[in-house]
Amino acid sequence: MALPVAGQSLRSQSYAVRQFRFWLTNYRRTWRGTIYSGVLNPVLYLGAMGLGLGTLVDKHGTSSLGGVSYLAFLAPGLLAASAMQTAMGESTYPVYGSVKWLKTYQAAIASPLRPTDLFHGHLLWTTARLVMNSVVFLAVMAAFGAIQSAWAIACLPAAVLTGMAFATPIEAYAMTCTKDTSFAMLFRFGIIPLFLFSGTFFPISQLPAYVRPLAYITPLWHGVALCRTLSLGTAQLGGSAVHVGYLVLVTALGIVAGNRTYVRRLYA
Amino acid sequence: MADPDILIRARGLTKVFGDFTAVDGIDFQLSRGEVFGFLGPNGAGKSSTMRMIGCVSPRSGGELTILGLDPSKDGPAIRARLGVVPQEDTLDVELTVQENLLVYGRYFGLRRDVIRERSTKLLDFVQLTERADDEVEPLSGGMKRRLTIARSLISEPEILLLDEPTTGLDPQARHVVWDRLYRLKQQGVTLVLTTHYMDEAEQLCDRLVVMDRGKIAAEGSPRQLIETYSTPEVLELRFALDEQEQAAEKLADVTAERTEVLADRILLYTGDGEAMLDAVRARGLEPATSLVRRSTLEDVFLRLTGRRLED
Repeated sequence: MALPVAGQSLRSQSYAVRQFRFWLTNYRRTWRGTIYSGVLNPVLYLGAMGLGLGTLVDKHGTSSLGGVSYLAFLAPGLLAASAMQTAMGESTYPVYGSVKWLKTYQAAIASPLRPTDLFHGHLLWTTARLVMNSVVFLAVMAAFGAIQSAWAIACLPAAVLTGMAFATPIEAYAMTCTKDTSFAMLFRFGIIPLFLFSGTFFPISQLPAYVRPLAYITPLWHGVALCRTLSLGTAQLGGSAVHVGYLVLVTALGIVAGNRTYVRRLYA
Repeated sequence: MADPDILIRARGLTKVFGDFTAVDGIDFQLSRGEVFGFLGPNGAGKSSTMRMIGCVSPRSGGELTILGLDPSKDGPAIRARLGVVPQEDTLDVELTVQENLLVYGRYFGLRRDVIRERSTKLLDFVQLTERADDEVEPLSGGMKRRLTIARSLISEPEILLLDEPTTGLDPQARHVVWDRLYRLKQQGVTLVLTTHYMDEAEQLCDRLVVMDRGKIAAEGSPRQLIETYSTPEVLELRFALDEQEQAAEKLADVTAERTEVLADRILLYTGDGEAMLDAVRARGLEPATSLVRRSTLEDVFLRLTGRRLED
């Protein structure tokens, strides 16, 4: 057969972008459902917890929350926690299924793409999903009147970064899994405790002193603190830099780990 | 590389998993336009060899040059010029037939209009035009295989690698796949295939190597291999189970070039099967069934390894 040069795209397109486009094609089948849950999730949480439970909290005074309404306190925390959940969803079953069930990853590495291209392509896709969900979440927050500062616009990159700090290490881990029950365990003993105890629903100053350091090492607490101070307009440069730095560090470590686990799994 | 028509060259190619040697220092080369086969039973090292050629499995030792390039350095550049039909189906069953080709063409950096044009031709070639917009999931095994072949051709590869292309298919579906591969061969596409079906190897391969336990036991065209390692004809005899042992003893001194006593039958290798059958009867033996047939690669494999291919 003829050489394939004539038909090849002249635009130089990175291999990772080619894989990103696969996820985009794939998404065409499922986007309706994700929009629905993307809107419904924040509406339900902010309605029930922010408004419903918030009314009770606000009656007792919110000095321990910094004097703001419970809704204003909770919403940016939920934004960060929801980014974590989105990251968890994107980095587990879709990745695991591609190598274990559909074996589309095995098909892809027979093309010019390398395992790391598949990894980075999927991270691009996860980033896109985080942007979509966070934009929707911020819009719902605004509709609920839960935003107190124009700095809240910076919550978008902050939430995306929080999500990526989970996506990269979880995806690296997913490539090592041989059973999907691992994800149920991760969810039960990792994601849910983080969701509940990383300052999303109440300040971690309410936690016993000896467990507080645990919260400081979880990426979610940094994400929550970052989003909250931005949304409330109380962000300090130093504190924010520490949060961002920590989240970037965890994300980078996850990428290093994933580069290895992808190659190990796919190039036997 | 000196000769541009040598597409693949392997010297002492080795693959080790832990303390298991899957491929044990094999040598072969592939020329442009030929259909080259690896024939051997399961576990012979065929798939490991294919994965190394496909640049998705680093070699443990030896030399391997593909299209003049080194797989350990130039994997993406080599893979851009290969088509791969893996042993297991790796189609995206949640997407449509057409979308599978689109996604795969994208991996090779092809433009959408180019993919569309090629898809039309390829779906026609593999007889799936009417299923273009259907999801892959409900397709039959044979259809999925044909779609996988179409997918592997979307980039117009210089070499097509097929790992056990018809394993798991029913006989009818297998013949359809063979027919398509035969057409590709006639179009001059260079094919490398592995198989443990000797009829597949005989029908499709210009040249093949017989693999066993990670090593190459013999190499040649199907005809050469049969001429070298077997006789023109084979007389197959079946006896009642309790008589087989006795019969084998009585047959020990017939003038067959070689005798194989299998669990369920006795094979006598000879130039003239009918004459041999007369000789058997002359000894007062009456087999339950007898069959005179031409030698096949199965006989070559039996001779070389003492074992059967499709156990």
